[in-house]
Amino acid sequence: MAKHNNFKEKFIHGLFFLNGLLVIIVLVGIFVLLVTKSLPAFKEIRFSEFLFKANWNPTATFVTPSYGIGSMLVSTLMVSIGALAIAIPLGIGAAAYLSDVASQRVREIAKPIIEILAGIPSVVIGFLGIVLVGPVIAKIFHIPNGLNALNGSILLAVMALPTIISLSEDALNSVPKSFQEASLALGATHWQTLVRVKIPAALSGIIAASMLGMGRAIGETMTVLMATGCAIAMPTSFLQSVQTMTATIAIELGEVPYNTTHYYALFGIGLVLFIITFIVNMISDIVLHKYQRVLK
Amino acid sequence: MNRFIGFLTIIVALVLCGDVCLAEDMVQIKGSDTLINMVQKLSEIYMAKKPGTAIAVTGGGSGTGIAGLINKRCDIANASRQIKSSEVEDANKRGVDPKRVVVAIDALSIIVSAQNPVDKLTVDQIGKIYRGEIKNWSEVGGNDLPITLYGRQSNSGTYDFMKENVMLGEYSPNLKSMNGNAQIAEALNQDVSGIGYVGVGYAKEASGIKVLKVATKPGATYYDPMNSIDVKNGKYPITRPLNQYVNGTPKGPVRSFIIFELSEEGQAIVEKEGFFAIPGEYQAYNDQTLGITGTVRDDPMRPKDLGVNDGIG
Repeated sequence: MAKHNNFKEKFIHGLFFLNGLLVIIVLVGIFVLLVTKSLPAFKEIRFSEFLFKANWNPTATFVTPSYGIGSMLVSTLMVSIGALAIAIPLGIGAAAYLSDVASQRVREIAKPIIEILAGIPSVVIGFLGIVLVGPVIAKIFHIPNGLNALNGSILLAVMALPTIISLSEDALNSVPKSFQEASLALGATHWQTLVRVKIPAALSGIIAASMLGMGRAIGETMTVLMATGCAIAMPTSFLQSVQTMTATIAIELGEVPYNTTHYYALFGIGLVLFIITFIVNMISDIVLHKYQRVLK
Repeated sequence: MNRFIGFLTIIVALVLCGDVCLAEDMVQIKGSDTLINMVQKLSEIYMAKKPGTAIAVTGGGSGTGIAGLINKRCDIANASRQIKSSEVEDANKRGVDPKRVVVAIDALSIIVSAQNPVDKLTVDQIGKIYRGEIKNWSEVGGNDLPITLYGRQSNSGTYDFMKENVMLGEYSPNLKSMNGNAQIAEALNQDVSGIGYVGVGYAKEASGIKVLKVATKPGATYYDPMNSIDVKNGKYPITRPLNQYVNGTPKGPVRSFIIFELSEEGQAIVEKEGFFAIPGEYQAYNDQTLGITGTVRDDPMRPKDLGVNDGIG
């Protein structure tokens, strides 16, 4: 019997190890695929031109095709940073409310609702961008249409909020109770305790939450494809139409003839995206670990 | 364990059934957003008449449809442009022989907001607007308002058609690439400064927009794409055939469906959906694709006769 149990234990051990390994294999596999598929593009396109020129027009027939993704890079960063600028203050506010102000009952109702927000399909959010957010932006800024970077930022903020709220609240909750008690005992008000003690103590957790939110915003495709207008020109303000890297891949990969420079260049965009999200996630991971050590 | 075996049996049965009982009369149609509503309607009516055939129509753009045909992921590719020589080469390399059938005629309609005072443009002006050379409505007789360009994404056949046949140059980088005809019509319903292009079937349905009259050159007569006589005479300058591509001479359910589309009943549905029935020259062309020769060509009842020959009641 003991022997049998031992075998079972080992089997399950091995199974879990394999599961863990599988994730790493998939990740490495995706990276290798992106690198091998995008390398041929750089035989014909200079790398600096690819990254910094804003002249993406691979299907040009009247002029030579050009492959500069500069404007998309700027667009992606604009939309994501804009989304964070909206989502971080709102997210921290909501998290602070949930962890410190709201009654038990409100929390029990509000938290699942916020989590449902994370489950709304991006197409639906994109549709809202077209029929609701766009016209409102057009009216407020007196411009003819609202398909622009700001629209994308607002929608992505909505999509990043659940991540930011839920992880920030966890961070606030894991601040040791003694911190709060000490602060209150020294005569600080509830507000002062929250702003000067709890939030600073949970700051790295909140930063990590925001970075994860940003990772989501950078990779989001359908919403920005529908709501940002998709114009390839280099944007100069948030009220201009932009086309992000993800939208370009989504639009063009379906029809591109295989094994052409255009095809490889799209994988090149994918590689750039992969590297950006990888860096963002790694930073959030490092920050998170540092913070866990500090509190211990 | 028993349950596991039962589960496995069901899965195997489903897979086998999928191969045997679904594959035969399943027709996959993919491609142009301009054709999708019309072909969907045609397929619905066809399926009602001929139970046992399942036709799935999806969009994605002409380029996506043709790529699907080349990769053997669909049986019929809807395309609002003609196949490119590079695509034919690619198809031949993969053992696919794309053949073209013309199913309808479209008058590509240039649309603006209903509140825009401009109501006509020349082909040259349209080209200049989309190339980004004319930037303000006042240059073409409208208000002093910057023009906002709405167009389609590069996987769209309409995007290519405009570029190759109307603009004769590259799009302005400020073009907003919209996801389909309906989205362009919706955008122009809201945007007073916008200009867009959609298949005539969509122009007829949309609200809050105005369809512009178009002339080949300044001084020539301006024609309205909504006027079927002008379109059929070829007087409206931006007309184009709407195509379907198949792999080789079509057989079986694909052939039956195409023959239904070309029949009088099918062409009546085409007109009802806002597009135009194909004229005689294209009927002869289609006969070639379908491998039909000679004798019945001049018979006005030809499509019906063919229908009987090909087993459609």
